[in-house]
Amino acid sequence: MILDYETLKIIWWLFVGLLLIGFVLTAGFDLGIGTLLPFLGKKDEERRVIINTIGATWEGNQVWLVLGAGAVFAAWPLIYAAAFSGFYAAMLLALFALVIRPGGFAYRSKLSDPRWRSLWDWALFVGGVVPALIFGVAFGNLLQGVPFHYDDTLRSFYTGSFFALFNPFALLAGIVSVAMLVMHGGIFLQIRTEGEINARAKRAVMIFSGLFVVALALAGLWVAFGIDGYRVISMPDPNSSFTPLEKTVDKVTGAWLVNYRLYPWTVLAPVAGFAGAIIAWFLSQRNQAGSAFIASSLSLTGVVLTTGFAMFPFMMPSSSHPGHSLTVWDGVSSHLTLSWMFWATVVFLPVIIAYTSWVFRVLRGKVTVEDIRKDEHSAY
Amino acid sequence: MFPTEEVVNLSRLQFGLTAMYHFLFVPLTLGLGLLLAIMESVYVMTGKEIYKDMTRFWGMLFGINFAMGVATGLPLEFQFGTNWAYYSHYVGDVFGVPLALEGLIAFFLEATLVGLFFFGWNRLTKVQHLTVTWLVALGANFSALFILVANGWMQHPVGAEFNYETMRMELKSFTEVFFNPVAQVKFVHTVSAGYVTGAMFVLGISAYYLLKGRDRAFAIRSFAVAAGFGLASALSVMVLGDESGYELGDVQKTKLAAIEAEWETHKAPAAFTVFGLPNQEKQTTEYAIKVPYVLGLIATRSVDKEVVGLKDLMARHEQRIRRGMIAYEALQKLRGGDESQPVQDTFELHKVDLGYALLLKRYTPNVVDATEAQIQQAVKDTIPHVATLYWSFRVMVGIGFLMLFIFVAAFYFTAVRSAWNQRWLLRLALYSIPLPWIAAEMGWIVAEYGRQPWTIAEVLPTFLSSSSLEASNVYVSLAAFVVFYTALLIAELYLVFKYARLGPSSLHTGRYHFEQRGRGTRSKEGAP
Repeated sequence: MILDYETLKIIWWLFVGLLLIGFVLTAGFDLGIGTLLPFLGKKDEERRVIINTIGATWEGNQVWLVLGAGAVFAAWPLIYAAAFSGFYAAMLLALFALVIRPGGFAYRSKLSDPRWRSLWDWALFVGGVVPALIFGVAFGNLLQGVPFHYDDTLRSFYTGSFFALFNPFALLAGIVSVAMLVMHGGIFLQIRTEGEINARAKRAVMIFSGLFVVALALAGLWVAFGIDGYRVISMPDPNSSFTPLEKTVDKVTGAWLVNYRLYPWTVLAPVAGFAGAIIAWFLSQRNQAGSAFIASSLSLTGVVLTTGFAMFPFMMPSSSHPGHSLTVWDGVSSHLTLSWMFWATVVFLPVIIAYTSWVFRVLRGKVTVEDIRKDEHSAY
Repeated sequence: MFPTEEVVNLSRLQFGLTAMYHFLFVPLTLGLGLLLAIMESVYVMTGKEIYKDMTRFWGMLFGINFAMGVATGLPLEFQFGTNWAYYSHYVGDVFGVPLALEGLIAFFLEATLVGLFFFGWNRLTKVQHLTVTWLVALGANFSALFILVANGWMQHPVGAEFNYETMRMELKSFTEVFFNPVAQVKFVHTVSAGYVTGAMFVLGISAYYLLKGRDRAFAIRSFAVAAGFGLASALSVMVLGDESGYELGDVQKTKLAAIEAEWETHKAPAAFTVFGLPNQEKQTTEYAIKVPYVLGLIATRSVDKEVVGLKDLMARHEQRIRRGMIAYEALQKLRGGDESQPVQDTFELHKVDLGYALLLKRYTPNVVDATEAQIQQAVKDTIPHVATLYWSFRVMVGIGFLMLFIFVAAFYFTAVRSAWNQRWLLRLALYSIPLPWIAAEMGWIVAEYGRQPWTIAEVLPTFLSSSSLEASNVYVSLAAFVVFYTALLIAELYLVFKYARLGPSSLHTGRYHFEQRGRGTRSKEGAP
């Protein structure tokens, strides 16, 4: 254990952010493309083109989610437990949407019946838009705080309702999420398609990058003036091990902006969020899809970091018992677990990035209607 | 307060169903994945096109199965959090580690490269593609390794200790967790069972083509590969069966005694009960027929070690409950702020039995005020339902022997080059396709139902592990799982049957049965 406990806690906060960024940048465009599928693909062949732009890589991309959940389980078990059980119905809804998605790739074109194919197209649509919406809604709730508390054996109790999760601010966050992933997906489609589909994707990028920027601005204003942030008043030494029951916290309007004042460089995150989207829009309309993809990736990264920076050190504030809020300091695993997982991540994450990049490079290039006709029996 | 019994039972049912459903797809991925790698290796070494066709055709069936494996794996990883929140809090520090490593080291590799297996044929060199196929198979096996390290820790939780300050189990030695002997034998046993599944699948479907007299060259080669691979795997499942893991830890011993319906401890070597009707109430096995020596050999790999009976185990558990009560009392003091040395010492001395005291929470939330009757109740809870284990195990083993016979016969007749004429064997192989799945599910019932009343053996009782949810929520999610999973299974089986019947003609190479003699390539036979 070369690194002290406090440092490892912060590193693991960054790692989870990194995994989340990995997820939105890769699986994000898959979800966005799923959402666009019924609107951009008018004919069966066109829909097959769209599906095959991501057909060979979506499984790998989804592992960012699997790994993210596993990493939260190992490094932030209290958050894994409280968030997943608290958001029970919403979580399961997202899961069911993801469960019906694989067939949309692997099964859809294995039979020629149009009803069969249309069914799976809907599965891909639902499997795209529902998780995108729910992940946004979940973050909308985290920003506002979630009504939960602990008993003295550290059993967590969620006291809100399913419908309370879908409050106006959370829905706005859901729109931010859907719009940004659709923008990202549209740009990816621009890179990998040509002709009609490419033109429709470009139009989608125009609409959704605009919607995204507006929704993000509204959400920003709402966070600044409309909802309470949280602030730690007192707690034990952050380098020690303690439970969420040992600190005091209060709710203050505007508290989510404090970090930006204390550390002005963090403002780069929201700047990247907005500027990346605007540049992506501009480049997309000029058909420079590759550069637009880099810009939209920058924007998505900016959005994830904006949320993280605003809330730090909070990860899951409790609106009903603010003192029980889960933070970087007390939602965390033991020193030894963080240490083991740190070294495993340092070794294997670069390997993952290396082979993932190789796979994308091997599979690069446009997918065309001619390709689909040629590989009629083996393409998705 | 802890969750109602209804929520616990519903959550168990949901986890059990979704896990068993997931395991319909996992073993085939493990076995077929490796078979694909073997077939493609032959292709690359010999350059014979037919082995490429084999890799592609069986690969297509692999893909249909793989999609469901991916789909159904996700809810499992999330359910620990959604339905078993207290479990996740209590052991996440240890249990989460192998799960995270599974994603990091194994599943990422497998899922990222599997797309290249399907779509990389024209974009990669032969050797590159072969490497991809091997890495996919390897990824699947590593995936199983980490999952079984996690599962093995539930059966025999080594390398961790309870921390009263954070109220949870914390990691003390990752190497102990990783090299947990229970996990290691479980891994070998489980992946071997997966290989058997893959082999039975290929053997049975190839037998179907031979019975129909179609695509003989293709079917004979597939049959031969499956027979050899299957024989080796079936032997491995049996010889390296995970009985040897039953010597370790109280819960594993209890499981073994329940499997054998051994109520009393007999002198070594123990006899094996071939038939009997276990009676939980009377704590005896009626109409038992026994074969001497066999159980001792299976369970302890010796003739001089005894297999402890359930009654003696229960007597031990009673002592552990009583010591656990002392630990619980000390824990209450520690949590209440009295961290004086004597209290700490008492707790340290008895904390290995803390989990046993938690069994009392079902009857009295305060634990320390438990009556004699309540303690006896808790003792009874420490053994699983004997008849269920007894019969599940026997079905599994019986099927195992039947499959071993099929593989021996298939291997022999392949070696003497007459397998394709043995219609009885071909028919037997075809109708035996479902067997490995039944055996595998029975195996999981033995392992997990046999772990009751614990989620983490000797540490955390099942009834304390679940989330604080409303029962209505779990009813809805359970119903939705049943509906979605049934629909998906029907779709999956429809495709598997359709493409298995169609055979290698579905590759549209122009070389196979339905593509010749003017039968047309698509209209009648219906490949899209």
